[in-house]
Amino acid sequence: MINQQNYKAFADTRAPKSPMVRNLICAFLIGGAICTVGQLILNLWKLAGLQDTDAAGATSASMIFLGALFTGLGLYDKLAKYAGAGTLVPITGFSNAIVSAALEYKSEGYVMGMSAKMFTIAGPVLVFGISFSVVYGLILILFGLGG
Amino acid sequence: MAVKKLGNQSFLLSNPVTLAGFASVVGKKEGEGPLEFDYVSSDDTFGEKSWEKAESRMQRDALDRALAKAGCAEPELELIFAGDLINQCIASAFAVRGRNAPFLGLYGACSTMAEGLSLASLAIDGGFVDCAAAVSSSHFCSAERQYRFPLEYGGQRTPTAQWTVTGAGAAILKACGDGPRITKVCLGKIVDFGINDANNMGAAMAPAAHDTLKAFFADTDTKPADYDLILTGDLGNVGKQLLVDLFADEGTDLGARYDDCGSMIYDGARQDTHAGGSGCGCGSVVLCCHVLGGMRKRRWRRVLFAGTGALMSPVSTQQGESIPGICHLVCIEY
Repeated sequence: MINQQNYKAFADTRAPKSPMVRNLICAFLIGGAICTVGQLILNLWKLAGLQDTDAAGATSASMIFLGALFTGLGLYDKLAKYAGAGTLVPITGFSNAIVSAALEYKSEGYVMGMSAKMFTIAGPVLVFGISFSVVYGLILILFGLGG
Repeated sequence: MAVKKLGNQSFLLSNPVTLAGFASVVGKKEGEGPLEFDYVSSDDTFGEKSWEKAESRMQRDALDRALAKAGCAEPELELIFAGDLINQCIASAFAVRGRNAPFLGLYGACSTMAEGLSLASLAIDGGFVDCAAAVSSSHFCSAERQYRFPLEYGGQRTPTAQWTVTGAGAAILKACGDGPRITKVCLGKIVDFGINDANNMGAAMAPAAHDTLKAFFADTDTKPADYDLILTGDLGNVGKQLLVDLFADEGTDLGARYDDCGSMIYDGARQDTHAGGSGCGCGSVVLCCHVLGGMRKRRWRRVLFAGTGALMSPVSTQQGESIPGICHLVCIEY
């Protein structure tokens, strides 16, 4: 007998499951492909004469640009549909989170819409990213791990 | 004494109300599905600058078309019941700007069309007005940005997630005339069985649909076999199966006469809509073209239309609340 208490468990048994194996393989392949593109760009910047640290920064900027471009062209979400975390984790995913929000909220104005709401999805990444950088920096100073 | 009340939550209209005109306007994806509609736009912006304006435009067009099909001049319209999913129901309020009829905005989530039809029939049968309209709409893009993520955000949908229908349905109800007639109404209670996954609204709403249908069968002393078509609003494939299971659990077979607008509107395999359609527009566009049109062609004689709604908001979802479901029903005969 299905009742209010056991309904949730019953409904769970009836819900189709996500195709985990397929999702994992797609995420691995597409995420890996994005990283390979990143490596290629890094090598190109080095070939162009940049130092290692400068080349790394230039690569991040290049990948952010590509993420934004593919979001603007309406292609990134189509790729993400198959890739899942494969497109979410690389820096291109961060770019997509900001640019997609900026595009979406433009209709509410450039200041209170686009600019204010640009970080609605990416905001937590910044909050936690910056917070943990600070904690890491403090540990480094206190324990002198920097040598 | 409430002479028109049947049992606990149903009402028998002493003068059945005629659905004199009905129309549905939909977006491109819905037009590519298996059903036919009055108007399919090739462009989901409907020529407007924002998704919200596009949704208002659909409602306006649907109501204009329904009025024309009912052969009803604008001044005849005495009352408009309309609703949508956008915060503060702006699509509806903006759609009736410029019309010269009293307006009542409704929020019943995806049950809004059934709620509007119920209230309009009660108002007409009560003798308060002779001609009223019930309208509801949803737009995939305005719903996505409000309930989920920006359109271009790269995310994956779960298999139980439903696709918000871009469409508006409108019906003109009159005290007399030829056409399918609403003979009974059953208003639903809030039913919450503890589902808190906003990506599985079918499961959240199925108990509400079960509760209202069961109450209606008891109040009217009828059974599923007495109807040619029993239609829920937007339970989708997951919720539809759960409703069948809930009835089967009590020994009642809904049979092949039962279907769900969310399961009917898209071709899931081809259109990649996961668990099917949802939204205020889902039930209303299927009802206002496919079903009422089919009744006019005598394909079905007695139809139960049970609009189902998931009454959560993005705030309640983030606060971890479970989803209250609701279902209102109208019995249509021709």
